[in-house]
Amino acid sequence: MPDVPSLFYTFHFYLFGLVAMASAVVFVTRRSPVSAAMWLVVVMFSLAALYVMLDAQFIGVIQVLVYAGAIMVVFLFVIMLLNLGHPAELADARGLWWKLAAGAVGLGLVAELFTLVRGATAAPYTLPAGYAAQQVAAEGAIAPVAGPLFHEYLLAFEVTSVVLLAAIVGAVVLGKRRADAR
Amino acid sequence: MLAESLFFSAVLFSIGVIGVLTRRNAIIVFMCVELMLNAVNLTFVAFARVYGAGGQVFVFLVMTVAAAEAAVGLAIIIALFRHRHTVDLQNINLLKG
Amino acid sequence: MLIQSAASAGTNPLAGTAAGWMWAIPLLPLLGFLINGLVALTSAAHFGPADPTAASHAAHGDDDGAGHGDAHAAHASTRHRFAAVTSIVGPGVLVAAFLLAAAAFLAMRAVPDLSAPFVQRYFSWMPVGDLSVDVAFRLDQLSMVMVLVVTGVGMLIHIFSVGYMREDPGYPRYFAYLNLFVFFMLVLVLGANYPLLFIGWEGVGLCSYLLIGFWFSEKANADAGKKAFIVNRIGDFGFLIAMFLLFANYGTLDFSALQAQAGAFVFGGPLITAIALFFFLGCTGKSAQIPLYIWLPDAMAGPTPVSALIHAATMVTAGVYLIARSNFIFAAAPVAGLTVIVVGALTAFFAATIGLKQWDIKKVLAYSTVSQLGYMFVGVGAGAYVAGIFHLMTHAFFKALLFLGAGSVIHVMHEAYHHTHRHDDAQDMRNMGGLRKHMKVTWILMWIATLAISGIPPFSGFFSKDEILGTLFSRADGSTLAQAHWLGLPGTVVIYGAYALGLAAALLTAIYMTRLMLYTFHGPNRTGEQERAHLHEAPWVMTGPLVVLGILAAVGGWFNLPEIVTRALPLGPTGLLEHWLDPVVGAGTARVVGSGGEVAAGTEGLLIAVAVAIAVSGIAIAVTVLKPARLVPKAQASPEQGFERVLNNKYYVDEIYDAAVVRPTYDVSRNLLWRGIDTGLIDGLLVNGSAWLARLTGWIGSQFQSGQLGTYAWVLVLGVLLVLGAFHHSVLP
Repeated sequence: MPDVPSLFYTFHFYLFGLVAMASAVVFVTRRSPVSAAMWLVVVMFSLAALYVMLDAQFIGVIQVLVYAGAIMVVFLFVIMLLNLGHPAELADARGLWWKLAAGAVGLGLVAELFTLVRGATAAPYTLPAGYAAQQVAAEGAIAPVAGPLFHEYLLAFEVTSVVLLAAIVGAVVLGKRRADAR
Repeated sequence: MLAESLFFSAVLFSIGVIGVLTRRNAIIVFMCVELMLNAVNLTFVAFARVYGAGGQVFVFLVMTVAAAEAAVGLAIIIALFRHRHTVDLQNINLLKG
Repeated sequence: MLIQSAASAGTNPLAGTAAGWMWAIPLLPLLGFLINGLVALTSAAHFGPADPTAASHAAHGDDDGAGHGDAHAAHASTRHRFAAVTSIVGPGVLVAAFLLAAAAFLAMRAVPDLSAPFVQRYFSWMPVGDLSVDVAFRLDQLSMVMVLVVTGVGMLIHIFSVGYMREDPGYPRYFAYLNLFVFFMLVLVLGANYPLLFIGWEGVGLCSYLLIGFWFSEKANADAGKKAFIVNRIGDFGFLIAMFLLFANYGTLDFSALQAQAGAFVFGGPLITAIALFFFLGCTGKSAQIPLYIWLPDAMAGPTPVSALIHAATMVTAGVYLIARSNFIFAAAPVAGLTVIVVGALTAFFAATIGLKQWDIKKVLAYSTVSQLGYMFVGVGAGAYVAGIFHLMTHAFFKALLFLGAGSVIHVMHEAYHHTHRHDDAQDMRNMGGLRKHMKVTWILMWIATLAISGIPPFSGFFSKDEILGTLFSRADGSTLAQAHWLGLPGTVVIYGAYALGLAAALLTAIYMTRLMLYTFHGPNRTGEQERAHLHEAPWVMTGPLVVLGILAAVGGWFNLPEIVTRALPLGPTGLLEHWLDPVVGAGTARVVGSGGEVAAGTEGLLIAVAVAIAVSGIAIAVTVLKPARLVPKAQASPEQGFERVLNNKYYVDEIYDAAVVRPTYDVSRNLLWRGIDTGLIDGLLVNGSAWLARLTGWIGSQFQSGQLGTYAWVLVLGVLLVLGAFHHSVLP
């Protein structure tokens, strides 16, 4: 990518960003868990698009496959399993003041995060502009991620396998219907 | 594009927080947490573009943890539902000290 | 300065001689302490004061309160199974130490004009900031005299103790303490700086406490030990303050280094006077002077040889040694010197009056000791350091002899009572009388000591006491003391007053000592018909040391003959001790003397004549007035009346202290410190209050634990907001 991104690129970047934010707002305001889940999927697709535009094609693909594909499907399965699809059963009873307070906190959080990251890039460590794109062009999309993953972060990578194993065991134990439970 | 990405990320994260604070449905609260994780991932990816691909590795790890968390969390919700026949957080106060 | 003295040690002519072994002199008693202590530990479970045989002791203690400790010496029938080891080791180490000290003394004699002290540094003890204290021993003429007295008299008393204490179940423990005492005493006199001296000072205090309460199964003995310990702490406070002041102002605590700065002391300035007075406060505690003398008479609860060694011959004279050692300080502070003179003279007189009317033979000797210590302080206060040390030495001889003689008497009395199974006071003179027929050797030796302490020529006490009083008289004219003022009084008046008190005390000394002899050895025997058959002389192991001390008490004056005597009679060299000590105390003495000088020979002769006349008349008064034949045994005696009763009760000083100091302290401690501050403030407000506060905050915190995840989420998010806000202010510019 050149220093100054093209108008086409900029337009789409903003477009996906706005879609993501709008879908997120719709997501938190949906009463039905099913529609909320569907809107969350939209957010995740938009994010996948942003990842691709940020030269992280591999992560974008994984985002679609794992998040939108696998994790959200599990959520939907659980919603269906518990038969929570009927919004009437779920009164969203938080009051107006509660919501206003939450909104104020959210705005405050945005403001704080924003002032925190402003000017926070440490110049001596930044890569030259367009480096990531050149790297992808030269090595492909996977090699730049695989390199550090299997060298510097090998131990963390191996430990995630333990985390996943523990999660599997935990899910099985928790989800198992006990013999004595009715 | 770094500044824009961080802005999107902050907004998405805050929306997730608002969701956690306002919703009572355990599954939706859980999904809000997922949204917050995604927002953080966007930050990682944006910074990875500036500082090097190591940041993407963290996205990878976050996704793994998210998957594990989803598995355990949903299992807990199912177990709770079996026990109480509800996922309304207002009716669940097992953490009372 | 330290480096200098260390360097001088390297070139000191004593370096290669027997004096180079001086470190072994204190270590030998320490070795004895370790061996005897181990022996004492081996069978502590079987024997000791708490063993079943103590029942008879307790019964014995019932019929009379204090001063009964010595009863046990002959009473106990359980001799320790390793007593033989102790009998060899205990006195053995002292004999070896004395021989070593004598060798060092001969080595010192062989060096002509030895002026620099011989300092041996062993290791650096407290190198803290500016303060540098070494463990170092300093052998000079003064410490040599003290070492010889301590090991010599100590050796004799150790040998005596073998006979006196052998039957006691705590025999090894006794010798362990006694050896430890000698070790600390030697550290005290050999230490090359004030902190090391203080270690010895405290160590002898500890041993004194342990030995006073040696028979601790009787409460009176344990209380006496505690009293000695606590009263001494008051004095030690003064000692410590003096050391702090010295270090804060002169930057060192080493004797040599301080002496080198002596010229820089502001003569008579408030600082040096304060230092001297604080040191003297320490002395009043350790050496039993007014107002802290009260512990010494009670200390007679310990075994009699302990009284002889610690509470007469050595430890209580540590204060005199301290002042002689610090002569460069006291010489620069005439007001402090006058204070020492006044306190010493008052103590000498006051204690002598109490001694007139005591019935307990050891109590008489105890007050006599207090009185004689007063004389020594008069001497060192007047800058007559040689005279003070001289009297210290002769006093060690004759007072140790008196105490050991009294020990023999008590031993014999007690054995007699033990044979007939009678429980009566073996220390009360009303139960004695006529003992000269039964104990001839002791009788003769104690008369020698009595004549010596009364100041009858040619016995040792005459020379030393006369030198103190004579020097004091000469100081009244022209010396720096005479020119100073004490509480508005001119120094000359104070000195003449002290001189008069000293003469009066000498008269009283002659009276009460003669009284002691008359009631104990003369007249009819009042012990009892059956008991009389069992009275006999003590064994040779006890009388042997008495004979040696008797010889020393008789001829001890030879060590420092005055010129007026040697001019008339060619008895020996003049002022032997004076010449010997001159390198140590000469400068200090010269500073005190100032423009004054010796009294004329005619005046000196007159003074001596007056002193002798007073001593003789004291003895004559006692012989004519007192009628031993009229005395009745203690059990039949009627209580005293009038002033006699006041004297017998020691002017009620203990009671006054109790009402003025002990009771108020006790009440303040109980009502204010305990009930008010400890129970109310600390327990109530601080301890329970903080617990209550923790409970309250815990309760408030628990109210947040509603179990509602929504609430938790809120708290969490607000926390995040706060933390991020804090980042804002701290991290970002």
